[in-house]
Amino acid sequence: MKKWDDNKAWFMVIPVFLVVAVSAILPLMTVVNYSIQDIFGPDNRIFVGIEWYREVLTDSRLHDALNRQLLFSSLVLLIEIPLGILIALMMPKKGWGASLSLVLVALPLLIPWNVIGTIWIIFTRPDIGLFGAAINGLGIAFDHTGAPLDAWITVMLMEVWHWTPLVALLAYAGLQAIPEAYFQAARIDGASTWATFRYIQLPKMRGVLTIAVLLRFMDSFLIYAEPFVLTGGGPGNSTTFLSIYLVKLAVGQFDLGPAAAFSIIYFLIVLLFCWLFYQVLLKVGTGDKS
Amino acid sequence: MKFQKRTVGLIIYFFLLLLPIYWMLNMSFRTNADILSVFSFYPHEPTFDNYLKIFTDKSWYSGYLNTIYYVSMNVVISLMTALPAAYAFSRYSFLGDKHLFFWLLTNRMAPPAVFLLPFFQLYSTFNLIDTHFAVALSHCLFNVPLAVWILEGFMSGVPREIDEMAYIDGYSFPRFFLTIFMPLIRTGIGVTAFFCFMFSWVELLLARTLTTTVAKPIAATMTRTVSASGLDWGLLAAAGILTIVPGALVIWFVRNHLAKGFALGRV
Repeated sequence: MKKWDDNKAWFMVIPVFLVVAVSAILPLMTVVNYSIQDIFGPDNRIFVGIEWYREVLTDSRLHDALNRQLLFSSLVLLIEIPLGILIALMMPKKGWGASLSLVLVALPLLIPWNVIGTIWIIFTRPDIGLFGAAINGLGIAFDHTGAPLDAWITVMLMEVWHWTPLVALLAYAGLQAIPEAYFQAARIDGASTWATFRYIQLPKMRGVLTIAVLLRFMDSFLIYAEPFVLTGGGPGNSTTFLSIYLVKLAVGQFDLGPAAAFSIIYFLIVLLFCWLFYQVLLKVGTGDKS
Repeated sequence: MKFQKRTVGLIIYFFLLLLPIYWMLNMSFRTNADILSVFSFYPHEPTFDNYLKIFTDKSWYSGYLNTIYYVSMNVVISLMTALPAAYAFSRYSFLGDKHLFFWLLTNRMAPPAVFLLPFFQLYSTFNLIDTHFAVALSHCLFNVPLAVWILEGFMSGVPREIDEMAYIDGYSFPRFFLTIFMPLIRTGIGVTAFFCFMFSWVELLLARTLTTTVAKPIAATMTRTVSASGLDWGLLAAAGILTIVPGALVIWFVRNHLAKGFALGRV
């Protein structure tokens, strides 16, 4: 659609600009301010330049957290995307079954994030949890508060349980947008289920799947509340992801300088991915119209 | 045959999906002593004590009221500011529009943990700490960009000829926007409101940091219980179940547009 060329449209954007500026630009400036100073009190501060950045960039615990984060986000994508597509393919296309499946699928997305953690604590505890008790009953020792691997499995299970529905809903929206004529043509040609999926459904879902991949990557990169409630970043530091480490640094130890420098670096990493995201989205947007 | 396999698969998935929630529901109808002593798949002696406690103890139920209060405030602010902006993005090209849109997007992706400390400082300066407004405003950080994004998608689905016709017929912009355009995209507005509600409802980190007592959200009341020694699992489970209820209620109204909304109106 061609758009009107008019700079007066800025007036309509001003409210949004102001609201987001107050809640984004001002805080970010404060963070930058902190990241280059050592603050002892309101009137006692020393300019330290890039000192904090150097400290943060050479912090081995931060490197560990970043590696952990990347591994986590990759695993999330590898499991949730195929599973989400599979669920979307299984969901009925119309009728009451479709409405019911939509509501059920979306349910985990509406639960406050810390409650998600609570649900999974209750579910996986060896003494009172169904999952924990069942696994232990099979003779496998399982304790997410003690063993790092078990903690990882629990966090992954929770993450998959919580966010696969988002992928499923996106894929479902993509499937719904395919005209029925495509399937009729496929049926006439005698195409197998696999061929229909590979050559009709999958290509048509490209747009929504791109959004799904990128949203899942972003949000898993920023994950905080669920693992914090479930494992508190432990045992040891085995489930300390970037956000958890940052909050530990800023609120727990009150190291404002390093925490601020870390925030800036964290934000720049996210910004980089965000830019890639936007480029891909633009490409997908134009690809559909041609 | 194929249809049956599908349905069976779906039923298995829903079973696994509902199992953890069912387990919490099961806990919520039992007393703490019962939970810790007997392992049971269903409540033997169902009790409403946990729910009663939440509905009668002010420190619990005020948490719900606070959450509902700031979430509604946030939805209103987000919609009011995002509607004109989304219209501008969908209809006009103007100086820096693409950059501005990208900048808005980055705020949706910003880690809330990064903003934790500066928000606290900023709102302290303006004496806004522990007010509902502070939480509502801080949630605008991710909800306003999201609202602009979804609304823009829905608005772009309305042909521009409708705008042109209205202007030719002598409609002023506000009158056109309120009486013709908004009814046309009412689905989109509903879906956007739902998503703003949802993301504000599930957020904890900022809400917890910016409040102490007066505007404390229910989620924070729950974490306080978690961190205390001697957990009351039954009470915790009941509180958790009650946080799911509002979401489960509103979801019904947008069920048919849910998928499109999650695709940010761009399907």
